[in-house]
Amino acid sequence: MTETLPMAGTNVQVNLAGLAKNDYRGNPTTLCQGCGHNSISNQIVSALFEMNIVPENVIKFSGIGCSSKSPTYFMNRSFGFNSLHGRMPSIATGALFGDHHAKGLGVSGDGDTASIGMGQFKHIIRRNVNMVYIVENNGVYGLTKGQFSATSEVGLSLKHQGVNQYMPVDICMEGLASNATFVARSFAGNPKQVKELLKAALAHNGTALLDIISPCVTFNNQDNTFHSYAWGKDHEEPLHDITYIAPRNEIVLEREMDEGEVREVGLHDGSTVILKNLEKGYDPTNRFEALRVMEEARRNNWLITGLLYIDPTKPALTDTYNLTDTPLNRLTQADLRPAPDKIDLINSLMF
Amino acid sequence: MSNKIINDFSITVGTVNGSGSSTANNTILRALFKMGIPVSGKNLFPSNIQGLPTWYTIRVNKDGYIARREEHDIVVAMNPNSFTRDQAETAAGGAFFYADDIKQPITRTDIFTYPMPVKSIVKSDPNIPSDYRDLVGNMVYVGVLAQILGIDLDKINAALTFHFKNKQKPIDMNFNTVKAAAEWTKANLEKKDPFYVEPMTKTDGLIMADGNTAAALGSIFGGVQFAAWYPITPATSLAEALNDYLPQLRKREDGKHTYAVVQAEDELAAIGMSIGAGWSGLRSMTSTSGPGLSLMTEFAGLAYYSEVPVVIWDVTRIGPSTGLPTRTSQGDLTFVAFIGHGDSQSVILLPGGVDECFEFGWKAFDIAERLQTPVFVLSDLDMGMNQWMSKPFTYPNVPMDRGKVLWEKDLEEIKGNWGRYLDKDGDGIPYRTVPGNKSPLSSYFTRGTGHDEYAKYSEEAPVWLKNMDRLEKKYETAKQYVPAPVLHKMSGATVGIIAFGSTEAAVLEAQHQLATQHNLKTDFLRVRALPFTDEVTAFIKKYDQIFVVEMNRDGQMDQMLKIDYPEYGAHFQSVAYGDGLPASAKWVREGILAKYKKPVTAKVAGAAKKSPAKVKASKTATGSRSNHAAGRKTASKKISSAKTKATSKRK
Repeated sequence: MTETLPMAGTNVQVNLAGLAKNDYRGNPTTLCQGCGHNSISNQIVSALFEMNIVPENVIKFSGIGCSSKSPTYFMNRSFGFNSLHGRMPSIATGALFGDHHAKGLGVSGDGDTASIGMGQFKHIIRRNVNMVYIVENNGVYGLTKGQFSATSEVGLSLKHQGVNQYMPVDICMEGLASNATFVARSFAGNPKQVKELLKAALAHNGTALLDIISPCVTFNNQDNTFHSYAWGKDHEEPLHDITYIAPRNEIVLEREMDEGEVREVGLHDGSTVILKNLEKGYDPTNRFEALRVMEEARRNNWLITGLLYIDPTKPALTDTYNLTDTPLNRLTQADLRPAPDKIDLINSLMF
Repeated sequence: MSNKIINDFSITVGTVNGSGSSTANNTILRALFKMGIPVSGKNLFPSNIQGLPTWYTIRVNKDGYIARREEHDIVVAMNPNSFTRDQAETAAGGAFFYADDIKQPITRTDIFTYPMPVKSIVKSDPNIPSDYRDLVGNMVYVGVLAQILGIDLDKINAALTFHFKNKQKPIDMNFNTVKAAAEWTKANLEKKDPFYVEPMTKTDGLIMADGNTAAALGSIFGGVQFAAWYPITPATSLAEALNDYLPQLRKREDGKHTYAVVQAEDELAAIGMSIGAGWSGLRSMTSTSGPGLSLMTEFAGLAYYSEVPVVIWDVTRIGPSTGLPTRTSQGDLTFVAFIGHGDSQSVILLPGGVDECFEFGWKAFDIAERLQTPVFVLSDLDMGMNQWMSKPFTYPNVPMDRGKVLWEKDLEEIKGNWGRYLDKDGDGIPYRTVPGNKSPLSSYFTRGTGHDEYAKYSEEAPVWLKNMDRLEKKYETAKQYVPAPVLHKMSGATVGIIAFGSTEAAVLEAQHQLATQHNLKTDFLRVRALPFTDEVTAFIKKYDQIFVVEMNRDGQMDQMLKIDYPEYGAHFQSVAYGDGLPASAKWVREGILAKYKKPVTAKVAGAAKKSPAKVKASKTATGSRSNHAAGRKTASKKISSAKTKATSKRK
């Protein structure tokens, strides 16, 4: 649901980009009431507003499914492309070459990413395309009314489907195996963490994978299942409290951090994420540790959340192509068509 | 020898795949070309890296007819495994050259035979390292042929110099073998066969190139900015040529790149990336062949319906399925024409030679961006991978057409009053903006789902109909932008021929043979695009018999013509043949003669035009062998026109 618009004449709070929160909104949602995806859409609006990101500098992408409908529910001022089932990564990879200064923001689901789109998912991760890749993971196909997805847990029972026999895919594990540079997991029922992780993801230069367990209130919200609100609330094991700190030259109120178990990770654009460790003394730049805590969580039936892994040093895809500073889509014939004398050159190169 | 045959024969070389014979074959081809003699070379190779038999066939023709010749006048047998077959297939009165280490019997008495001491010639040169002997051994037949036929050794040297990019060591090693073989031949073999080459001037001003390189170069002159691709024979060398030439031709002083080429993980991703880039305002392309195109189908439908410009090269090979991956075909036409589910119509360009691969390389971007739709360019393996004589590439004669794109100042001028799918100009082509536009009025949401004129989601029936009707109108508009056909006229022509693509050389030769040997004069229209333009319509109206010549089983161009010109259905006679080999004049000629009906009186022909029963009968006959896509299209057209009527009534 969208928030009420401010009354005429009231003071509208604007951010450093001179924009009000309404400038970040989209159309009213058409998803079910209580859907975890709506909560995520709201946090996207808040994160972008608070980070002073101009909507025109963001390009939205999605595949097909309930999750993939959500890009119309935020950021109406951004371009968006609702593509094919499982094919968001390829559309985004090509589109982000148009203007390599733009930031991609993709929303996919567990079916879209871990079933039909598994190949493209792993390859966009491996290419490190500069975008936030959100998986709104509810362990079920909602738009086709309740079939198992590749992230459904073994033993899940659904109407018309029977009992799921297959082992689930762990999206974060798959991302890490494909050399992801940013892997995080969160829970739609923990909006504060979702927002802070989104901010860190937006500041990351490369593909930032955000697997958000987002319960489906209509088809998969039985209290004892992994993708439900009740289960998530009971079993969530945050690795740390996460706070995103904007680049220092912006005026921000820094929250006081506790001494001791605090870990700072500097991001590409000069911002930082501050991770206040809970019990685990966790280092998110250690890939081996990330795999270990995920395996540990699996064995103990925990929903481990937080920033699992980050490598802020790897270049994003477009960085490796040494492109002109002017966005490619603003280049003209003078830049693109070789000079007339070059025709003689190529004819001379033929036999 | 009394009856000399000069500059008019074929040479077929049988070797083992992967034995390095392509250097030798290309050297012969290029040397003949440099001697001024019209020539073509076709690699008839298996889907294999090493070991299977492979052939290379060269056509030498003083009159410029360079289609594949089915008769093998001169045969070179280097492969023991194909020796028997090669000998058997040599034309009577032909010449048969063979490596003398192949200890198999010569059984033919009606051909001239020449043994070649390949191994001993190579062994006798101490400068050839032992591991190079097999490769360089192929130069022996170059030298023997040069001596027997009269190929100029200087031209062979020029060909080697080109091939080895001026690197003296390999040039010398190979050329020395050619010379040694020629000297041995002079001393040991007596010329008995009638075949000779003599210098001409008919290749002056021409170049020799393959269609894939030409397509890549054309794309570069068209300002290609993004290409994503996945390896597939016979399209791979197109993308590789982009990699080869882009750095050189689009070099900037600041060292920055104006383009990106991405090797995708599969064809799904290749076209997805290309569409993403096209959507964001780049001149974007992909290149593939049939199986890859099958994977691209869903995306092609998305691009058609969401109106994204993208150029898709289909270097066609023969299918269905994996088919014969290294054999040529024109079998993707109807597939591409109707690619995607639901109603769709494709803009297709059909280059007929290497120079047109270049021309359509840049033109395809102009058309795609003008029409905001995928543009398919159908080349084939024969045109794409073989070396062809060609007119030199010419610089684009018009500035780039970037189509209807609105930037910040445009939006300011029109005060943001625009709709992404609004037909403001009445030509079916809307205006578009691209990501990166900083105006708050620029953005819209692209989707494959139903949308209204302002790109908003809609499931309303009238909205759907209006949009689909506009897309149909846009396809009409496309006729103004696609290349017109090329007409090869003959005075006194009584029947027509329609063909497209790489068959032109075979059809031109058949046209000549039909006129001179069978007194059948023809006009030949080479179609260069779909949708069919007015010139095609005019041609069809002119003749009661039109032979539609193409390299496939089902007569796909014939099907397309019958769909678009049902009232002339009885005029079309399908001459379709697809065995994976490049077209020859022989099958074109014989195919036409088999279908040709001598007109009894002029009145009968006139009656056929009027008789709807006849048209119907002919359509049914075609239907039995046409693919379902064509049938579907016919049905959809009927419904669509009925719908238009209903809509206008409601209004």
